[in-house]
Amino acid sequence: MSGVFSPSRAQIKERTLRTDKWWLQPLATFGVLFSFVIYATFRAFEGDYYYKDHLISPFYSPCLSEACVDEAVIGGFAPISAQIFNFPLSPALIILIFPLGFRMTCYYYRKAYYRAFWMSPPACAVAEPHKKYTGETRQPLILQNAHRWFFYAGLIFNVILTYDAIISFKNKDGEWGAMSVGSLVLVFSAAMLWMYSLSCHTCRHTIGGRLKHFSKHPIRYKAWTTISRLNHSHALFAWISLFAVAFADIYVRQVASGAWTNFYFFE
Amino acid sequence: MARKVNLRIWRGDSNSGALQNVEVEANEGEVVLDVIHRVQATQMGDLAVRWNCKAGKCGSCSMEINGKPRLACMTRMSSFEEGEEITVTPLRAFPVIKDLVADVSFNYKKAMEIPAYEHPADLGPGEARMEQIDVERSQEFRKCIECFLCQDTCHVIRDHEENKKSFAGPRFFIRIAELDMHPLDMLKNRKRTAQEEHGLGMCNITKCCTEVCPEHIRITDNAIIPMKERVVDVKYDPARWLGSKIRRREG
Repeated sequence: MSGVFSPSRAQIKERTLRTDKWWLQPLATFGVLFSFVIYATFRAFEGDYYYKDHLISPFYSPCLSEACVDEAVIGGFAPISAQIFNFPLSPALIILIFPLGFRMTCYYYRKAYYRAFWMSPPACAVAEPHKKYTGETRQPLILQNAHRWFFYAGLIFNVILTYDAIISFKNKDGEWGAMSVGSLVLVFSAAMLWMYSLSCHTCRHTIGGRLKHFSKHPIRYKAWTTISRLNHSHALFAWISLFAVAFADIYVRQVASGAWTNFYFFE
Repeated sequence: MARKVNLRIWRGDSNSGALQNVEVEANEGEVVLDVIHRVQATQMGDLAVRWNCKAGKCGSCSMEINGKPRLACMTRMSSFEEGEEITVTPLRAFPVIKDLVADVSFNYKKAMEIPAYEHPADLGPGEARMEQIDVERSQEFRKCIECFLCQDTCHVIRDHEENKKSFAGPRFFIRIAELDMHPLDMLKNRKRTAQEEHGLGMCNITKCCTEVCPEHIRITDNAIIPMKERVVDVKYDPARWLGSKIRRREG
């Protein structure tokens, strides 16, 4: 008998005496994240419907595979084989590790999935079901410390997705000055990804959090203060950016498959 | 206006115990501690409860109210629905002494394990100077009233008694962060010892400590995560490690 049922503690047989709906939040988190994982896995393996008329899905950008349609490749740079061990390799699978790694190691998502998926703990003051716990001190969870490397990679992706959003202001003939619903969807997705990255705890640390003397670094202090303010809403940006990226992919997929028409405000 | 409320109070000691029902009067403006005192005065004369300031500043009346770690003196009776049963137990992460009193001495042992502030050798008494922006981060952590609600709710020790020997807990992570961010503290290796001796790596940042803090200290965001990032600087980031060797920065 361990934990709250240890012999020295108050003898109470219930795992928790909470009377509120403490299970609602982890359940909702589980539902949303699991749905996203299922959808993202399906899309990552689908390998199609990711480009149409200067709209590229964020799941497939940058498109680095030889299998990519020419228009989706930035600067003709597509050095990776379209097959691996004679199996077709979807362009999304090549790059997905970076945004996935960034979110998996994110301090906010860690809280969310430790609670919702691993129930460690399911909610505050609700006993967890595991007999042993070593936290993030051993493999594989010690790899959570790689968050900053995924953060740096995430910044590169943000630049690329911002480029994609700008490119979407071209019309079907490749001329600048057009704007469609797809442009707005990609702009919103890129903007939310920037907000998510900039409000990140690692960003806050890198910008100035690691300093001992703010007074000797006034510019970094100012930047740290701004990032700290954004950091208050990091969880919000984490969710909005997740939905924004998923919706951008859905939108491009529907347009590319012909199910939806991309409405142009002006061409 | 007075009303009757139903309380379930845990009564017992380290050998045995159970929840006991009691009906008691509650008046407008009262808090849970007032009602417990009324029970003590009228129905359970030997009920053990620890309290002191009744103003949310001493951290003595920590207990669990409807399963949530709370200060009894800061939990208003008006926050409960009419007719709602209110369950009051001692802190469930620590050994019970009697009734609502838990043995929190674990925390004092952990406090002694944290190395104290180390003053610069070249500065005499009264010569230390610090700018406000250099100390304001640490000042948030000085608001701690040592109620140990954060320690109580932390599942690392609440659900795993065996972790108590190797895990200092959120209250002491804010102490370590306070000292590590202190502009004049000269002690090296605070980051490494936070990870290797005080169990920072065991925290999986589920933020329960922040949720229960009556002083609203952002324990996870402002102390634990910054300390985890500082640990990454010295233990898991080869680029930073190399930089610290070349440029002789603090490691």
